[in-house]
Amino acid sequence: MFKDVTIGQYYPADSILHKLDPRVKFLGTVIFIVSVFLVRGFAGYAFVTAVLVTLIALSKVPFRFMLKGLRAILIILCITMIFNMFLTPGEVIFQKWIFKITREGVIQAVRMGVRLAYLVIGSSIMTLTTTPNQLTDAMESLFSPLKVVHAPVHEIAMMMSIALRFIPILMEETDKIMKAQIARGADFESGGIVKRIMNMIPLLVPLFVSAFRRANDLAMAMEARCYHGGEGRTQMKPLKYSGRDIVAYILIFGFLAACIFFRITRL
Amino acid sequence: MGIIKSVKLAFDYLKYGEDESDVQKVRAIDDVTIDIEKGDFIAILGHNGSGKSTLAKHMNALLLPTEGTMWVDGIDTAKEPELWKVRQKAGMVFQNPDNQIIGSIVEEDVGFGPENMGVPTDEIWTRVEESLTKVGMIKHRDKSPNRLSGGQKQRVAIAGVVAMRPDCIVLDEPTAMLDPNGRQEVLRTVSELNEKENVTVILITHYMEEVIHADHVFVMDSGHVVMQGTPREIFSQVDRLKKLHLDVPQVTELAYELKKSGIDLPDGILTKEELVEELLRVSEKMKSKPQSKGTRSEKTSGGNKASGKARKKSNEREGTKK
Repeated sequence: MFKDVTIGQYYPADSILHKLDPRVKFLGTVIFIVSVFLVRGFAGYAFVTAVLVTLIALSKVPFRFMLKGLRAILIILCITMIFNMFLTPGEVIFQKWIFKITREGVIQAVRMGVRLAYLVIGSSIMTLTTTPNQLTDAMESLFSPLKVVHAPVHEIAMMMSIALRFIPILMEETDKIMKAQIARGADFESGGIVKRIMNMIPLLVPLFVSAFRRANDLAMAMEARCYHGGEGRTQMKPLKYSGRDIVAYILIFGFLAACIFFRITRL
Repeated sequence: MGIIKSVKLAFDYLKYGEDESDVQKVRAIDDVTIDIEKGDFIAILGHNGSGKSTLAKHMNALLLPTEGTMWVDGIDTAKEPELWKVRQKAGMVFQNPDNQIIGSIVEEDVGFGPENMGVPTDEIWTRVEESLTKVGMIKHRDKSPNRLSGGQKQRVAIAGVVAMRPDCIVLDEPTAMLDPNGRQEVLRTVSELNEKENVTVILITHYMEEVIHADHVFVMDSGHVVMQGTPREIFSQVDRLKKLHLDVPQVTELAYELKKSGIDLPDGILTKEELVEELLRVSEKMKSKPQSKGTRSEKTSGGNKASGKARKKSNEREGTKK
């Protein structure tokens, strides 16, 4: 169950999206997420869907990898949709006791569902085609103006890339601890919600202990390899824009403009 | 002065009990004086808690001595303000392969050290390619470390250190979490680096089999260096090693037991081949003794020798297979 999260799971392939500068992909993803919340009408979503499908095809990453990420937010997705369905005021199409479903509610629910799903798929495309290191390099470079106000940009980027690298390892570890505790009679599957949460304690305590130990080991390994902050550090893969990155930027801003157009014309 | 030298090195750490006030000072290593020559293959032995890891961390300036001095390539670690300069001279490989790989792709991880040292980009790439080739992992350069086996991960970690071009590599129980195949892989890589690149290797371990090819062995117990010498000198003293809760290689143990039961074998036999040779010598001697007269016995002993040679050869083949 824990292996389903795709964040931080780079899928190596030889596609145009893999080759793009990570800064382009990062900005592109942010703009994509904004756009998903910008458009409201059917035509707008059809357009966004078409773009998304094109991106998936371009990425050469099997679609099921993106769906895996979606499965992880399934519960949030359902809750959002149900709340929107029942709690949006408007023209009632179905009513039973205090529950009523409105036409506006259904539309809103579908819209929220699509937005969340697209948001996850969109960011999955970025994380699947970009190595976490490239991604943090991109963030470091994009946010480097903040260094002027003494924001620890390099440190934050480093922390993020480490966190991303350790997600799969800690997931695996969770799985292992869970099995070990089940073998000793722990029960993670029955009981009410309070009991279930209490049952998680024998899982969380060893997980935290091991995470701290790993952090300690890693810090030492980094120091042993001469890590001493961002100063005087060179990069193995410095970011350089090429021709296709500029084309990509033009396309991204074209896409944003189109979405703003859809919003204004309420299509 | 050798590449790594320490004089009267001691290190204290604080141990906290249940209470906050219950603080104990524990001496992890005490009065350690060693001198390691450049290009040597050094092994440090000792059971858990003997202070061998603490000593290793001093060689990399991860710990600084409480008393005494540690010099790495002539630099006093306690007086150097920029410790990373010491660390690039003595690289370190740790026990857990997962907890020391920083990059999410093999080549990015190998490049991490040179990046920190401020090596120019082009040079980083040559170094990465070079060191991945040296450890035999060049074909896995694009892979995620999570997809590698333990032995392969450990080789990547070694490549990461090699890319920093250190004079000396300290390996702190690098094989403790690996299966026998992975152990072989890592050891082969390390001894190749020592032979071909003339890198000083300091291998910390509690597997005795890994020690027999070392140039010099230190044995540690409760913070002190209690024995030192060549592997043969160390393993000649089976009784003493047992008192220190250390094993000896299986072959040495067998020879030792045989000797105790009256067979005339020398001390400190380290390999299977040596034992076979010695046993043959002994059996020849025993055979020739009761029938020392006449030519027939000579013939048989000659025949024995030939068959013995054949057996030795087959034994050697078995050894290489393993």
